[in-house]
Amino acid sequence: MNDLGWIDAALASARPQAMGALLRYFRDLDTAEEAFQEACLRALRTWPQNGPPRDAAAWLILVGRNAAMDDVRRRVKQVALPDETAISNLDDAESELAERLDGAHYRDDILRLLFICCHPELPATQQIALALRIVCGLSVKQIARAFLVGEAAMEQRITRAKARIAKAEVPFEAPGPAERAERVAAVAAMIYLLFNEGYSASGGTVHVRVQLCEEAIRLARLLLRLFPAETEIMGLTALLLLQHARAGARLDAENNIVLLEDQDRRLWNRELIAEGSALVDKALRHQQAGPYQVQAAIAAVHAQAAAPEDTDWAEIDRLYEILEALQPSPVVTLNRAVAIAKLQGPAQALSMIEPLAARLGGYFHFFGLKGALLMQLGRAEEARAAFDRAIALADSAAEAAHIRLHLDRLAKDSAPRDSTRA
Amino acid sequence: MLYAILCYNSEDAIGSWSKDYHDETMARLAVVQDRLDKQGRLGPVARLLPTTAATTLRKGREEMVIDGPFAETKEQLLGFFIVDCASLDAAIETAKDLAKANPGTGSYEIRPVAELHDYHLAEQRKPAA
Repeated sequence: MNDLGWIDAALASARPQAMGALLRYFRDLDTAEEAFQEACLRALRTWPQNGPPRDAAAWLILVGRNAAMDDVRRRVKQVALPDETAISNLDDAESELAERLDGAHYRDDILRLLFICCHPELPATQQIALALRIVCGLSVKQIARAFLVGEAAMEQRITRAKARIAKAEVPFEAPGPAERAERVAAVAAMIYLLFNEGYSASGGTVHVRVQLCEEAIRLARLLLRLFPAETEIMGLTALLLLQHARAGARLDAENNIVLLEDQDRRLWNRELIAEGSALVDKALRHQQAGPYQVQAAIAAVHAQAAAPEDTDWAEIDRLYEILEALQPSPVVTLNRAVAIAKLQGPAQALSMIEPLAARLGGYFHFFGLKGALLMQLGRAEEARAAFDRAIALADSAAEAAHIRLHLDRLAKDSAPRDSTRA
Repeated sequence: MLYAILCYNSEDAIGSWSKDYHDETMARLAVVQDRLDKQGRLGPVARLLPTTAATTLRKGREEMVIDGPFAETKEQLLGFFIVDCASLDAAIETAKDLAKANPGTGSYEIRPVAELHDYHLAEQRKPAA
């Protein structure tokens, strides 16, 4: 029995708030990190005996700040502050901080910490690596494993990212409403990126990838708690929860991707689906459609179908239509064509995607769907050509293997078959 | 006397539990619940979804529906209902019905239930017919 599990959890959950406040005091990532580390070490020493402080984040901020200032004072030969065993039992020390940690102030601290990781000068991979290190507190070794690079290389990447941020202007004053909204949007995009890094099964062990998805969900929930009325953050959180709910059914025993309609739905996580669906409900009440909300609503429709044939394709078509208007893209139209194929048949869907050929000529899924539609129409030769093209464009062995199944089926029944699939 | 035991903790901390720690804790709780159930002393047990999934109906001259959990510290938790509702809108309507019956000050926080286990204490406490 791991009795100290609650300490690890308390330290991890207090981290964004404590790091955010320490960063505001010291205006330097490395100093804030060192201060937080020191505070954690002291927590591990004193909490098992004294029990947890009432407000773990406030304790860590106070102790971390004192430790770092202590360090400075020692260097200039001044008197040290009282030690933390005394602090943890003083209500005063915490109430002094309570004001600082109240409401908007601490909300902006956490937002700033998250936002620093999304600095536009940082490439996406560095943004995610930095967020995992600074906000989530993953070790360099864990991050390196997730990105399939060596530890030294990852260390260097993070150091370089920090140096870039140190040089860049990071605004420490409280942001105005417009700027705050911009920051929230940038952070949401980074969280989505982090999730997708874990979701795309392109590398790394399943365990490491799942951890990335879980961290992304943790950050999305945190962001939503800070901004409880932001419909797009409800949408983002819902989208991640609904996609992650299928994690247990997405890979077979050989780590091959299992397509949505072939997944064993008993393996879907019902609780995550309930939470995601509740958030979709909440967001849609506001009738301020946004891309995350609509994508989450689509995921919710899939999640609510007990079997693939129970899927409400008309609703999915309607949602894709909204998404096309919000965020026009050939990929969205391609996805909508899947719903059209179910509702109106493969011929309609095919005529819908044919105009996309010029823009999606290098896209695996375009040829995968085109092949499948042609196959349903009994146009075996053309289907084979589309599938061949798809295999050439496949990003992973799993994708290619999936298309090969179709080719095998075509080879088996070379005679045209019934165009409707059961 | 029946007692309601209400659970409070930091959602962030619970969300940061490792899977092992989560499973161990749930197993330890299950032992306590089983014991209470065998003694015929346990009523319904519910685990709620996170407060991020909550909506609050604020009573008053003009009712207000607010995203997020109940946050006032000047009011106290007085009771709760568990109602089967087809949608969030239906749940809000139900809360409004309650507010009509009990108007004035106060709020109803509407929280989806993640898991409900009914141990049938109510049936056992009914006097024999």
